[in-house]
Amino acid sequence: MKINLFQHDDGKPMQSTVWFTLLSLGAVLMMVPFWVMLVTSLLGPEQVFQTPPELFPQTPHWENYGRLFSQIPMGRYFFNSVVVAVVTTVGQVLFSAMAAYAFARMQFPYKNGLFFIFLITLMVPPQVNIVPLFFLMKSFHWINTYWALIVPGLFSAFGVFMLRQWFLSFPAELEDAARIDGCNPWQVFWRVALPLAAPAMAALSIFVFIGSWNSFMWPLIVTYTTEMRTLPVGMAELKGSFRDTTDWALLMAASTISILPVIAVFLVGQRQFIKGILMGSVKG
Amino acid sequence: MTVAPPNPPSVLQRQEARWAWAFLLPCFLGLLVFTYLPIFASFGLSFTYWNLLGTPAWVGLENYREVLNDPLFWKAFGNTWVFVIASGVVEVVLGLLLAVLLNQLVRGQAFFRTAYFLPFITPMVSIALVWGWLYDPQFGVLNWLLQSARLIGEPIAWLYDTRTALLSVILLKIWKNVGYNMIIFMAGLQGIPQDVYESAHLDGASSVQTFWRITLPMMTPTLFFVLMITVISAFQIFDPIYLLTQGGPEHSTDVLVYWMFKNAFEYYKVGPASAIAYILFLIILVLTFLQWQLRKRWVLHED
Repeated sequence: MKINLFQHDDGKPMQSTVWFTLLSLGAVLMMVPFWVMLVTSLLGPEQVFQTPPELFPQTPHWENYGRLFSQIPMGRYFFNSVVVAVVTTVGQVLFSAMAAYAFARMQFPYKNGLFFIFLITLMVPPQVNIVPLFFLMKSFHWINTYWALIVPGLFSAFGVFMLRQWFLSFPAELEDAARIDGCNPWQVFWRVALPLAAPAMAALSIFVFIGSWNSFMWPLIVTYTTEMRTLPVGMAELKGSFRDTTDWALLMAASTISILPVIAVFLVGQRQFIKGILMGSVKG
Repeated sequence: MTVAPPNPPSVLQRQEARWAWAFLLPCFLGLLVFTYLPIFASFGLSFTYWNLLGTPAWVGLENYREVLNDPLFWKAFGNTWVFVIASGVVEVVLGLLLAVLLNQLVRGQAFFRTAYFLPFITPMVSIALVWGWLYDPQFGVLNWLLQSARLIGEPIAWLYDTRTALLSVILLKIWKNVGYNMIIFMAGLQGIPQDVYESAHLDGASSVQTFWRITLPMMTPTLFFVLMITVISAFQIFDPIYLLTQGGPEHSTDVLVYWMFKNAFEYYKVGPASAIAYILFLIILVLTFLQWQLRKRWVLHED
């Protein structure tokens, strides 16, 4: 039976329509910024600054999206963000899976101590590291290169922790069968363990991709030319470049373009993503 | 698994250990160079004077003294706490309320969940720009809505007024993060066995009693986790400050991470910046420790 927390003390369910209406109202409020962004991105120059604001554009100005690529190097920003997010995701998931597999399925000296050392990093806010990390990149001559944008993001204790939970849970029989067939540990990992961990890796991938796509402070610090800027940094630069009046239509078109990929990734992998969040939290 | 032979370690065991090290090597080396090394370097730099050219010179606690004697540091410190507490309380309470409500829904649960959760995954930079536009004093939708509803007479300058600038960033942060808390709370709620509610119902417990006596106590582990994550993420706020207010007006939105960033990358004061970073680290460490202690005392049935 379904127990309703919101019921009168005589047992009758409280008018759920009231709650439903409130929830709907809240959902509409949550969507308002997205709607305003979308609408503004389609307004012409004279429509942006008018009162009352135009909330349902009559004649959409699609050319704002064209201006993104003719007036500013949006294509380059987008390309950089895709490269950084994809390489970071593939690398971090692979390295995390390898380490997680060793922690979960193998025996070796100092295992628990080493795992603890891994876990400690989860408590350090990334901002604590950012100043020395910048100078490290400088000494490697990596400033303003993909190396600086990608390499420090390839290693994460969070991924190790999350995938270890998964590897711990599956039975040893399949590995044993592969071992008897003469597979070495790498082959067992690659052919048996990784395919079995696909759901957890998918969850982690979405997590890492979105995190990398959205990151701002690090790419802001380690890049200084237009060609190396990622999408968020490029947009911040665009915002800062306006002198007297801000071209809100152009900015909102850029915001829309930058949000679409994460919404697409999220809608496709929504269930995996939420599973991933919970894997990181429960018993965290 | 192979039958474990008695010690000393067999050839097989040593072989397995070698493989394990090989599996761990990339991640371990990466963390060593890009996480552990900077943690210690940051600590070391906080005790040095360095003009970015020569070698850093040891100055003892001088950086900490400079930072702690700077009224602007205390301004950022205070703003950060206001930000953390205000956004934290609302995000946790509202997240829990949404989770409880959504959990009741028979239909439309997936739709509402997505609607409330969507802001969390979107890039903070894009969203901060959108809110910057909503907050525009002259043409922003927010002032227009409030004026149409006759809630305010004169337009509010939101991001340009010392009284409302921090509040504006807090509202943006709540809007973006409340869905995350909701998702975690929903999972926690679903973990409570239904028969507990059934027996409470049979015993004639009211809905309010059920919430305070059953739901909340059984949710304490989740509650602690959410509280911790919310607080830590609030301490790290940076993107919207950098984009929208630059700490202004009159330092009313200066927060610790932004203040550290400015010291390091605008004033090139590496020592004080590292000191601020470590003060932030220390605060988070203490909060995590406190959380552990409270958790031990309050959390029910934790295995």
